[in-house]
Order: sequence, then C-alpha cells, then structure tokens
Amino acid sequence: MTEQILRMSGITKTFPGVKALQDVNLSVRRGEIHAICGENGAGKSTLMKVLSGVYPHGGYEGEITFEGRRCEFGGIRDSERAGIVIIHQELALSPQLSIAENIFLGNERARRGLIDWNRTNYEAATLMKRVGLRENPTTAIADIGVGKQQLVEIAKALAKEVRLLILDEPTAALNDDDSAHLLDLLRGLRDEGITCVIISHKLNEVTAIADSVTIIRDGRTIETLDMAADQVTEDRIISGMVGRALDNRFPPHEPTIGDEVLRVEDWTVYSPSQPGRKVVDGAALSLRRGEIVGLAGLMGAGRTELAMSVFGRTYGVHITGKIFKDGKPIEIRNVQDAIRHGIAYATEDRKRYGLNLIEDVKRNISAAGLRGMSKRGWVDEMQEYRVAEEFHKSMNIKAPSVSSIVGQLSGGNQQKVVLSKWILTEPDVLILDEPTRGIDVGAKYEIYTIINRLADQGKAVLVISSELPELLGLCDRIYTLSEGRITGEVPRRDATQERLMHLMTKGQE
Amino acid sequence: MTTTAIGRTSVPAKYLPVLVTGCLFAAMFVAGGIRYEGFASGQVVLNVFIDNAFLLVVAVGMTFVILTGGIDLSVGSVVALSTMIAASLMAGPGWPPYVVIPLVLAIGSGLGLVMGAIVHAFDIQPFIVTLAGMFLARGLCYTIGTDSIPIEDATFTAFAQTRIDLFADLWISPSVVIAVVVVLVAAYVLHYTRLGRSVYATGGSEQSAMLMGLPVGRTKIAVYTISGFCSALGGVLLSFYMLSGYGLHAVGMELDAIAAVVIGGTLLTGGSGFLLGTVLGVLVLGLIQTIISFEGTLSSWWTKIFIGLLLFVFILLQRVFSARTRR
Repeated sequence: MTEQILRMSGITKTFPGVKALQDVNLSVRRGEIHAICGENGAGKSTLMKVLSGVYPHGGYEGEITFEGRRCEFGGIRDSERAGIVIIHQELALSPQLSIAENIFLGNERARRGLIDWNRTNYEAATLMKRVGLRENPTTAIADIGVGKQQLVEIAKALAKEVRLLILDEPTAALNDDDSAHLLDLLRGLRDEGITCVIISHKLNEVTAIADSVTIIRDGRTIETLDMAADQVTEDRIISGMVGRALDNRFPPHEPTIGDEVLRVEDWTVYSPSQPGRKVVDGAALSLRRGEIVGLAGLMGAGRTELAMSVFGRTYGVHITGKIFKDGKPIEIRNVQDAIRHGIAYATEDRKRYGLNLIEDVKRNISAAGLRGMSKRGWVDEMQEYRVAEEFHKSMNIKAPSVSSIVGQLSGGNQQKVVLSKWILTEPDVLILDEPTRGIDVGAKYEIYTIINRLADQGKAVLVISSELPELLGLCDRIYTLSEGRITGEVPRRDATQERLMHLMTKGQE
Repeated sequence: MTTTAIGRTSVPAKYLPVLVTGCLFAAMFVAGGIRYEGFASGQVVLNVFIDNAFLLVVAVGMTFVILTGGIDLSVGSVVALSTMIAASLMAGPGWPPYVVIPLVLAIGSGLGLVMGAIVHAFDIQPFIVTLAGMFLARGLCYTIGTDSIPIEDATFTAFAQTRIDLFADLWISPSVVIAVVVVLVAAYVLHYTRLGRSVYATGGSEQSAMLMGLPVGRTKIAVYTISGFCSALGGVLLSFYMLSGYGLHAVGMELDAIAAVVIGGTLLTGGSGFLLGTVLGVLVLGLIQTIISFEGTLSSWWTKIFIGLLLFVFILLQRVFSARTRR
C-alpha cells in the first residue's frame, strides 16, 4: 500500500435547503491519477471546491489531511500555497494577456516590485515545453484554441509548484486530438510525481487513464475502486453511478398518443464562443401529441443548446436543419415566431432567464401572452387579473395573492408561474428544461402531475433532465444526447438507467 | 426606521421609495412653511411646477429609458439644440411657431430614434452612444450660432406669457398644463399598454424578456425615441420660459433629470419605478431651490450640495431595499 497524499473524511456540506455532500470520504495515493465519477449534481464539483478552499474551512464539516498535515484552507490562496491547484471547467485565463503573463498571473516574476520580463518569458517558455505547448510566450490567450488554453492552465499550475492537480472536466470542450494529447500529458506528469484528481463524464477516458476511481452519488461516497486490482470496466462504473431504486415519486399516467406534431431534422448548431465547434450535430427528433418525451444527456452534451436553438434561435450560430410542425415545414427566426407556431420553452435557469423576479405574479404570467389580452396595444387589466387568478387556483400557486412579488416565492411556486406563463400562450409543444431543478420533493410531484395533465390535453412535452429516475418515471420515450449527437431513442418499457447511461456516455467513434 | 415598519405592515415594497420621496417632499414643505413667512402657500408649489415644467417633461423621457436599464445622457444637449433651432428659425426666416414646433419635436425624436437603433443594432452600452449624442447635439448648437438668440415672435411670446388663473389668486403657465398632460399620457402608456409592460420586463431581466418573446429590440428603440421627443418638448418649454435659444442652455440638465428619476425611487438597473416618483423627484429638486432662495443668504450652489446628499441617501436606500427583496 502506497502512501496517501490526501485524505478527506466525513465531509458534509449543506446549502440552504440542500445537503450537497454527506459524510464523503476520499483518499488519494501519492503519484496516481484518481478519477471521480458521478451523475450531474452528485456533488463532485462541490467536493473539489471544499478541497481547494473555494468553500472555506468552517463552511463544512469533516477533516482534510494533505501531506500528513491537517488543513484548514481559508481560500484558494491557502490551498495553492499547500500545493493543491484546481483547474475549473470554465478556464480562468485573462484573454487579452499573453501566455507568459497568464502563467505567472498572481505569481509574477518580479524584482523590487517591477516585473522581470526576461525571466517571465524565459521561464514561461520552459514550462510550455514541459506541457508540450508550441507557441510564442507573448501570444495573447484569445489567439490560441481551447486545447492550448487548457495546456496554459496546466503550465500555470506547474509554475506554482503543484503537488496535487485537480482537473474538472478537462476534456469536455476539447476535440479528440487535443484530448489525447492532454491525457498523455497527465500520464507524463504522474511519472514526474504529480498526483492528479480528474473529474470526467467520459468513462472511456477514465478507464484509459485512471489508477483508481471514486464514485459519488447523491452527495455520498459509494465506493472507491482500484482500476487494476478490481478490473474496473465502464459498466462497473455506470452501475455504481446509477444504482438507485425507483419509488412512488411519480403520479401514474396512461398516455393517449396521437399524431406527430413537431419534427426536427438534421439540426446542427455551432458554438457562438468557440468558432467551428459543433454543439449540436445533425440531431433529429420527433414529438407526438399527448406524448411526454425525455431528453437525457450529461452536462455539456448540448441538451439546452438544442432546445434553445429550436426555440427561436436563442442560442448558437450557423444553425442549419429543418423543423416540421404538423407535417408542414416551418421557419422560426425568433421567439415571437416560435410562440406563434405553438412552441414554448421553459428555461433551466428560471431565476435568470425565466422570470422577472422584481415583478409580481400576474404580470409574469401574462408576459408572454399579452397579445391575447390586449387591443391595439392597450392591456385589459381586468382580464389579466382574472387569468392570473385562474392559474393561481388551478396550478395551486402558493402565493398570498397574484400581486405578490415572484422573487419571494419558493422554487416550486416560481416554476408553476413559469408553466402558467407558457400554458397561457396555448402551445402545442412545451419544452421543459430541468423543470424540477432546485424544487423539493412535494412540489416535484405537483409539477409531474401538471406535466401529465398537459399531455392529456393533447400537447407534446419534451422534458430535459439530468435526473435519470425522473425521465424513467415520467416519459413515454427517451432520447439520449452525447456530444451533440442523438445517440439513442428508447421507449419507456425498454429504458433502464444503465442503458441510458451507456448511450449518454457513448463517445464519437 | 418608520419606513421599514410601514413596509412590513401594509405598503407593498415596490411603492416604498415613492412613499419615502412623497414624505420627504411634505416634510420639506412643512419645514419651509414654519421657517419662512409666506412659504406655505399654494402658489409656492405651483411656482415649483412653473419653474421646472421643462425638467419634468425631460425626466419623464428619462424614466422610460432608466426603466429599461439604460441611460440617456444626451437630453440636456437636445434641449439646448431644440431652443436653438426654434429661436433661429423664428428669428431668421421668420417661420411661424406652428411649423417650427413640430419640426423641433421631429428632430428630437429622430435623434432619439437613431441613438436607440444604434444601442440595439450594435449592442453598445447606452452610456457611450448617448454620450456621443450629447457632444453631437451640443456641437450642432454652435453651428447655428454662438450667441443667445432672442425669440420675438408675437404668437410665441404671447403664449409664453399667458397666465392661466385657477381659483383664489393661484395661477399656472401653459407649460405646466403641457407637462401635466405629458405625465398623464406617459403614466397611462407605462401601466396600461404592452409597450409599458415590455419596458418593465426588459429592465427587470433583458434575457428573460427576450425568452418570453417580448420585442426587446423595438422596446429599446422606442424608449430612446420617447426620450428624444421629451427632450425636444422640454426644449420648447424652456424657450417659452427663457424666450431665447442658446447653446449654453440646459448644461448638465441630463444629470438633474437622472437625479430626479433616482430620487423618485426608480432603480438605475431598471425594471422598477413609477412616474409619480419622478414627478415627486422633480418637485423635491425644485423645492430645494425655492428654500435656498427663501433663505436669501445662502449661495445657489447649496442646491447642488443638497441634491448630492439626497442622491446618496436614495442610492443607499435602494441598495438596502433591493438587498432585502433578494433574500
């Protein structure tokens, strides 16, 4: 048994209303690559934030021992001084500064308060050679690709004399060549004695590179496996990630499925921030009346991007593909078009994009359907009030009155306001993105009941969710999305968590 | 602390800032009435209206812009340009007012429209676009003339000097009537039309307004056009008041208008506020000037000092207020 470089024991972290981590244990051996796997929201990133001091000591329970010493990090600076560096999924680089400047940002090579540029560029060149980055150290970050930016992050960590390197989804935004190069680099670092913790959804990479893997589910440690000794396969990891039983959390529902109402064909969307990167790649799906369809995919698979690009091109550039409504091809250029064609989209981030939090319930409900309750631009306030009152009752929105400010309601009731708003536009297709995120169990049941009721009224509902049990319990049919491609279509009776997880983690051949 | 208690018991939080401004106005009036002889008369209040009718109209336009989360720095210059165009056209070629006034209003609205279109189409911060508009309009004044141009048109001066008698020796000017009409129409638009709803929704959260299918772009262009129109109308009212056009009229008025809107309780980040608040904000500013002039010994710069202090208080109030609702 080799020596342990890091031990986290009994870590519990609570946010208002949610236990994000519960009694989590993690031990990492010196000089290994240790993978952490789990579903979205299982608590992986939270655990790493506890470790790196983003959540300072005192904000969580439990103990961290690093290099044999108990650690109480008050912030990222403390953990970096101890030799722990975290590289987040969203890279923390300053785009207009040069590679060399970024490498030594906050850690400048200075003499008597002035930056020593010769030393900065010389040492940067040495570090860049170590990570295999062939660029001029004075090139601006904005002028190199994401793959190379990732290497700059690693060089930056090396400049800080890192002993434990944490990478959160390092290959999520990279193409295959860059990913392969990065994995080689990590192996090289391991041989130099740097320990790595890597969080990844790509299980093929995990099995290829990791020496051991810890699986986290619902904020708890499930197991730690030694890749060689336990002969771990992708299937083994998947069953650890999902192994959870379904119970009566879903109202019973017998679907009455009718004709096809919406069909999307060959839908391709490019990223607006990273030119040339396909976020959605030739996706095709169809929805029928009265049907609840699920869209499963891991973080970064392109679920929200697919939905938003269909909903009035609100995400992405160079969007191509065809949309058919009731069998006829339609053109959707903006949100107004989408609403006119009977498509509604309830966003995953309802606080930022779904509601006007400083406005009251009735005006939030009426916002998207004002056209129906106004004449030549003048709003009929009586009708608005009546409509809001109806929803207040029928959706069981727990608010003192329809004049209550939406920002003061609970998550579940805010979601009911969002749903009311879209139901008012009388859509044929509702796209619900993470409809139960941040909502307590009781309210979830109510939302499921509402979704069933909408399907019974002959609407098609597309539910995007990170929670596989939710999709299994609610949907009649489930699509899986991986790296922007539809990788499978599974009817309810054939769907299991393992099968879906397989399809969701299927990489490009 | 009394205000918080009121907020908790009966008054909805969104009316609180307006209520505070209203109380402040009342308190200032009462204090002035106790301190100075002849202060506590209806005509003092009406004089505040008469002397600030143009500012009121400009502040109405500014309220629209700030409610969407934008800002319009060009209003003072557009006011000056309007007085200049009106005066020069009446003095030089001798055009009649009923041709000149609509022309001035059209020019002001046009300038606003262009600025709004630039803000929307190129997604540039309104601060920069209207700053450019401010320099442009101020500069255009001097291409017309560097000196003050008196207005001697008979109809125009007669209208400007009309006194509308109310009951019991009280009177107002036609400008006040125009300003009140503008306020009423604007309040109606803000609260009873789809445009008004879009204004509030855009200011509350532009992203969510866009995802609700509201015409965010059109709304933004509309509010700058409205602000341009109000500035031009403010310019016309100022030329009634001054009976001249001058490139140095209304220097810094954009800041007075912004101050009035903020003191009136409208959030600078947009989405929350009322026209009534703006009216009260203008009245508070006007009453400060009146008090300073009643005091006699104080220099008029004290007006600025009080406005500065008040702004601090109101920004702090907004901060406390929005921190409380977010929780």
